[in-house]
Amino acid sequence: MLKEQWNDLGGQCHPATIPDFMPVEKLRAIQSQRLRAVVSHAYANVALFRTRLDDKGLKPEDIKTLADIRHLPFTTKEDLHANYPYGLFAVPMSEVVRLHASSGTTGRPKVVAYTDEDIAVWTEVMVRTFAACGLHRGDIVQNAYGYGLFTGGLGAHYGAEALGATVIPISGGNTDRQIMVLKDFHTTAICCTPSYFLHLAEKALAAGIDFRELPIRAGIFGAEPWSEAMRARIEEATGIKAYDIYGLSEIIGPGVGSECEAQNQLHIFEDHFYPEIVDPETGAVLPDGEEGELVFTTLSKRAIPMIRYRTRDVTRIETSPCPCGRTIRRIRRISRRSDDMVIIRGVNVYPSQIESALLSVEGTLPHYQIVLTRERDLDTIEVQVEITPELFSDTIGSVEKLRGDIGRALESTLNIRCAVRLVEPRSIPRSEGKARRVIDNRNI
Amino acid sequence: MKVKQLSLFVENRPGQLMIPCQILADAGISIQTLSLADTDQFGILRLIVKEWEAAKKVLEEAGCVVTVTDMVAVEVPDHPGGLAKVLKEMEHSGVNVEYMYAFTCKRGDRAILLFRFDNPDLALSKMAGHPLSAITCDCLNGCFD
Repeated sequence: MLKEQWNDLGGQCHPATIPDFMPVEKLRAIQSQRLRAVVSHAYANVALFRTRLDDKGLKPEDIKTLADIRHLPFTTKEDLHANYPYGLFAVPMSEVVRLHASSGTTGRPKVVAYTDEDIAVWTEVMVRTFAACGLHRGDIVQNAYGYGLFTGGLGAHYGAEALGATVIPISGGNTDRQIMVLKDFHTTAICCTPSYFLHLAEKALAAGIDFRELPIRAGIFGAEPWSEAMRARIEEATGIKAYDIYGLSEIIGPGVGSECEAQNQLHIFEDHFYPEIVDPETGAVLPDGEEGELVFTTLSKRAIPMIRYRTRDVTRIETSPCPCGRTIRRIRRISRRSDDMVIIRGVNVYPSQIESALLSVEGTLPHYQIVLTRERDLDTIEVQVEITPELFSDTIGSVEKLRGDIGRALESTLNIRCAVRLVEPRSIPRSEGKARRVIDNRNI
Repeated sequence: MKVKQLSLFVENRPGQLMIPCQILADAGISIQTLSLADTDQFGILRLIVKEWEAAKKVLEEAGCVVTVTDMVAVEVPDHPGGLAKVLKEMEHSGVNVEYMYAFTCKRGDRAILLFRFDNPDLALSKMAGHPLSAITCDCLNGCFD
């Protein structure tokens, strides 16, 4: 039913969305063929992958069907760090037309690259994302994802343009200007993190601007985990439809998956990004419907083919068909990470980054803890640092200077502002074995 | 006269100030005077105690972060202009007062001023030979080097 409604949007069904509705057998045949091609490509051009396959006694020809994917070695974030910056590239730099990078565990970003074909695929999956969220030619899209090394801004930008929508490339930040543009430019859809949108809505309301009275009708929200309760609050407070999208730069950026107008779990554009769910401990493949770590193989990526990339995101693949008619499978909204990383305001934060920032200030690593809270719908991060005799002094000025220095070091490492609280020695609980570094009080 | 001051880090929430005070009480150590500087997050408790080394030891054993600072103690008559006179002496010396506090001793007619100078030795040399530098009351006995 929804499919008909969507097709009835003035006949504006974008041709890029056709693969979303492919018969399953045809989809599997395309995936199978693309898998063989990407394995050959990676084997021929990526030393790490070739060595790992050789070590297992496998040849690319051994991978014949989708079921054979389980024989392939995993790729991890650590592989990206170890091969920083260009070690996993499968094409010469002369074929790379774009580089992006995301925050990494030790200050080293994860570098990702795109050929012109890769950019075309990325644009296509973003068109499919926006179309699934009910956007079309004529929409005015305020793109408040950050433009720059972060994939969000440019990814959404190219997709919205290719869809035929009008893009306002406002980028992130500057709340007052966002509200002014949203009102004056008659924005009909916005791309940003869900918490930032709620922040905008509240600020606007305080200034007498009610989003329910403006043309805005859709939010394309991603880059941080959020909940059904938050969706309900956004939709209630602003009268828009709030859609969850999913992506990660290692795979392509935004555009790996998206909700459709049924707003019931995220369709994966699996003709390009083949999903598996594995046991995070053993790596064993789990059947659809079971919860585990999400793993992707990029089936068409040229610049950096990712074979069985461990996302550390925990979810499960939905088995029931979606009322929208899309045949591509869905995953449940990402609830948690299988490692220590936290996402705050769209930025990946690792405890190890905080450690390196603390080390850079005083040369020693004090005990610390990260406390995440959501205040007025905006995530805040507070780093609590235990004071030590080496750090402490008798004047307020020098202790405040220490606090300021730590705050600046954290901000320059993490690229987000952190509150710093100095606490008494031994006030942060010690745990057996692995320290519990992150206290997440966001209730999402 | 240089006096040793103990400074302690205390979080700014109810009950925190009691902890070091109780530790000293249990050790039978008397506080001669104190000052508490505060921010919205934390405070610095500055203590002048007799037997400062013993006090430092028990506080540290209890997990407190303690630093020792040289303060300059000056005895003045407890009447209007007592402090102003000292500050006037220091006016052109280039020595800066980071913070200070004061107390009156039991004799009643004298006040003791405690200065945290950025350069206590320079401050003392400026005062050398001046009646200001002499401390006649014994209330700070045991607080010195």
